[in-house]
Amino acid sequence: MTPPLLSARGLELRFGRIAALDGVDLDIWPGEVVAIVGESGSGKTTLLRVLSGLMPPDAGEVVFDGQDVLGMSEAARRRLMRTDWGFVHQNPRDGLRMGVSAGGNIGERLMAVGARHYGGIRAQASEWLARVEIDPSRIDALPRTFSGGMQQRLQIARTLVTHPRLVFMDEPTGGLDVSVQARLLDLIRALVAELGLAVLLVTHDIAAARLLAHRILVMRHGRVVEQGLTDRVLDDPQHPYTQLLVASVLAA
Amino acid sequence: MTAPESGYNFAYLDESTKRMIRRAILKGVAIPGHQVPFGSREMPLPYGWGTGGIQVTASILGPADVLKVIDQGADDTTNAVSIRAFFRRVAGVATTERTAEATVIQTRHRIPERPLTENQILVYQVPMPEPLFRLEARVAETRRMHALADYGLMHVRLYEDVARHGRIATSYNYPVMVNGRYLMSPSPIPAFDNPKMHRMPALQLFGAGREKRIYAVPPWTEVRSLDFDDHPFRPIRAPQSCALCGSQESYLDEVLTDDRGGRIFVCSDTDWCAERQAAREAAE
Amino acid sequence: MYVATKGGERAIGAAHAWLAEERRGDTSLPEIEVAQVEQQLGLAVDRVMAEGSCHDRGLAALAVKQARGDLIEAAFLLRAYRTTLPRFGASAPLDTGAMHIRRRISATYKDLPGGQVLGPTFDYTHRLLDFRLAAAGMTPETAPEAEPDGTATPRVTELLAQEGLMQREAPSEVEPGDLTREPLSFPADRPVRLQALARGDEGFLLGLGYSTQRGYGNAHPFVGEIRVGDVAVCLTPPELGFEIEIGDIGVTECQMVNQFHGSRTEPPQFTRGYGLVFGHGERKAMAMALVDRALRAEEMGEEATAPAQQAEFVLYHCDNVEATGFVEHLKLPHYVDFQSELENVRAMRASAETAREAAE
Repeated sequence: MTPPLLSARGLELRFGRIAALDGVDLDIWPGEVVAIVGESGSGKTTLLRVLSGLMPPDAGEVVFDGQDVLGMSEAARRRLMRTDWGFVHQNPRDGLRMGVSAGGNIGERLMAVGARHYGGIRAQASEWLARVEIDPSRIDALPRTFSGGMQQRLQIARTLVTHPRLVFMDEPTGGLDVSVQARLLDLIRALVAELGLAVLLVTHDIAAARLLAHRILVMRHGRVVEQGLTDRVLDDPQHPYTQLLVASVLAA
Repeated sequence: MTAPESGYNFAYLDESTKRMIRRAILKGVAIPGHQVPFGSREMPLPYGWGTGGIQVTASILGPADVLKVIDQGADDTTNAVSIRAFFRRVAGVATTERTAEATVIQTRHRIPERPLTENQILVYQVPMPEPLFRLEARVAETRRMHALADYGLMHVRLYEDVARHGRIATSYNYPVMVNGRYLMSPSPIPAFDNPKMHRMPALQLFGAGREKRIYAVPPWTEVRSLDFDDHPFRPIRAPQSCALCGSQESYLDEVLTDDRGGRIFVCSDTDWCAERQAAREAAE
Repeated sequence: MYVATKGGERAIGAAHAWLAEERRGDTSLPEIEVAQVEQQLGLAVDRVMAEGSCHDRGLAALAVKQARGDLIEAAFLLRAYRTTLPRFGASAPLDTGAMHIRRRISATYKDLPGGQVLGPTFDYTHRLLDFRLAAAGMTPETAPEAEPDGTATPRVTELLAQEGLMQREAPSEVEPGDLTREPLSFPADRPVRLQALARGDEGFLLGLGYSTQRGYGNAHPFVGEIRVGDVAVCLTPPELGFEIEIGDIGVTECQMVNQFHGSRTEPPQFTRGYGLVFGHGERKAMAMALVDRALRAEEMGEEATAPAQQAEFVLYHCDNVEATGFVEHLKLPHYVDFQSELENVRAMRASAETAREAAE
């Protein structure tokens, strides 16, 4: 069996008296979509930040493709961030350069890994705009002239253009209208399948998790209280907390 | 040669300050293109008038040196005259307007047209040493970007230029990559001069007094102007020829001669122009 | 035939001569003496000493005269002179608690040990132009003097600290950095920040301090105390091995008392914003104290979003000699760069024109 792409063991992190992470273990294999669900304050965003090396834990280890993520230099981590990794923020403003054109936003990662042919960069940017269903004639437009859903799709194009192996997504559909959410989820699902990406998705939206994830981890008070294949966890929840989460979805 | 001003050390700065500056210069030479912070002194000329270049020149100058000072390529611009007079006064060194005769050339905004040699040092006055400052104003953050060679932002800027204007719209202070590692501001020289920096036989030193940074390009070092493969760097000059010497290769100043659109173009490098005029007269 | 403008050296010489003439003004009037500047324009001299970071009233007065009253130019002259002076040692920290006080006020207590001493202040003057001053020759009446009551004048912040209400400053044996020798780097520690502020431009700090009061920054300041007077400067020469007093200098100190809501580890208490400047400079000392406290936002775990709380922004821009140099250097010739921009804009306009014609 292939080794996991990303593997975390024994993650601990406390903010004062509050345990944000309390003995979290996690594995994600190439091409796998894993959703971390839980209410706000359950520690899921903290987990994402620790796994991606943005925040050091008090204890534990994170290994990506044989490399120690927590021990690596800032330079190595930034290199990972612009090559093998991608990060999709909840707020597209955090993931886009708002003063730079759509084409420039997509081109940045290409140029960061050495692309120096303007025509080639532009062609790829056009292609990616089309893939995320933005009219390529908008290539020179600034993101602030885009709707929220378009901004989020642009952020996804900007992140995926270099074919990362692992993408961290923090509530990618949060803050969008329900109809826009559905379209975005469909798009993410299609791209992820097509590119064979591994995705670590943080969401409080059980429906999003059901649509995208192969596997689900349920977090509460910094602990993983239940995990398993998506259908199993959502159709036959074992932990009372999971049952509550699932029930609130059914009630909605 | 006039006697140096009494009461001041040779070349104005005290010896321990000069040693401190020379250490910064050596570090800069060892790490081409890297900005070395230094304990810039308050000089008797204002910040912005070349206090960085003056401190570098003062630290490397010896009694046998021959100094040339240019501003906008010319020896006779007021600030060049003033700095030359300063060094005559505090160091008593010989000064020249001839590029070929100088051992140290301090410059603001130009590189002389005549190719420099291994026996010469070119000292640039630098207002803003940070090539990224328009994209990221926080110095702590730009230092981190240099440390990590994280220059994506600069490439994005060039991309935006081409997307918007069909060309890279930077015409002076055009960023360069030194020795394949550090992004560097060449100081506000016209982009026309950038190619002269590449594998220049002379040592190039850069002093920014107000910003308290020194950096260097050692002789024969690779200096590349950023560009795209399909939008290569193009040095721009006015497409005219010099009204005085007829040069079609030198960088030209545009001079307005009346208020009805009359104008002529003359060499910005006054020594280059004078030499060419003298040669032409001699030939006639 | 065109001949390029020459004669830079002659022009400079003539400009200097004209400047000297303008400085002197109408020669039928008596020339102002440096001692008169020092005595009668004392606050200008104080400001130049503070921003020139050199405590020498005579030299500062000379600089004011030479600069024709341009105080930033005067500070520049003083600094350029100061930087050439040898350094023979560092003094012990000033003990402002033992200040020989000319003025001391607290806004936080009605009365306190040592009392409120109004001193020579504009505070309660009515700002009516005094035409009697226009006629020279008037000698002011002697100000009434009280007998010193001999009681000590402890610092207000110390009185608060005794009760545990004022955060104590962590004492440090580390020699503070010297901005005139080492370039600023970030994060900048408090001694370096205070040093930059003490040399900083009064107007810039005034504006920043004011902004913290208007919501740009989280300021709830009280003037714990302002004191103006002379303090002894003490030094331990290595060849003697014991401390000696080498003289007195005039300073103004302001301690602002600010609220602090406490954190997980610390109970609520008051915190300090500190200002100290050479000479009599209350406005500057107060503004400095406001900005010092604003710059402590990060250390206090406060959100730092306002301009006055951004250390890089404040410290890189508060020095008026640096600022004036870079702003004013724009008047130096830039025609080489401008020429490259001209060609660039012409080329871009030409290609835009071609594109438009092609489209038609």
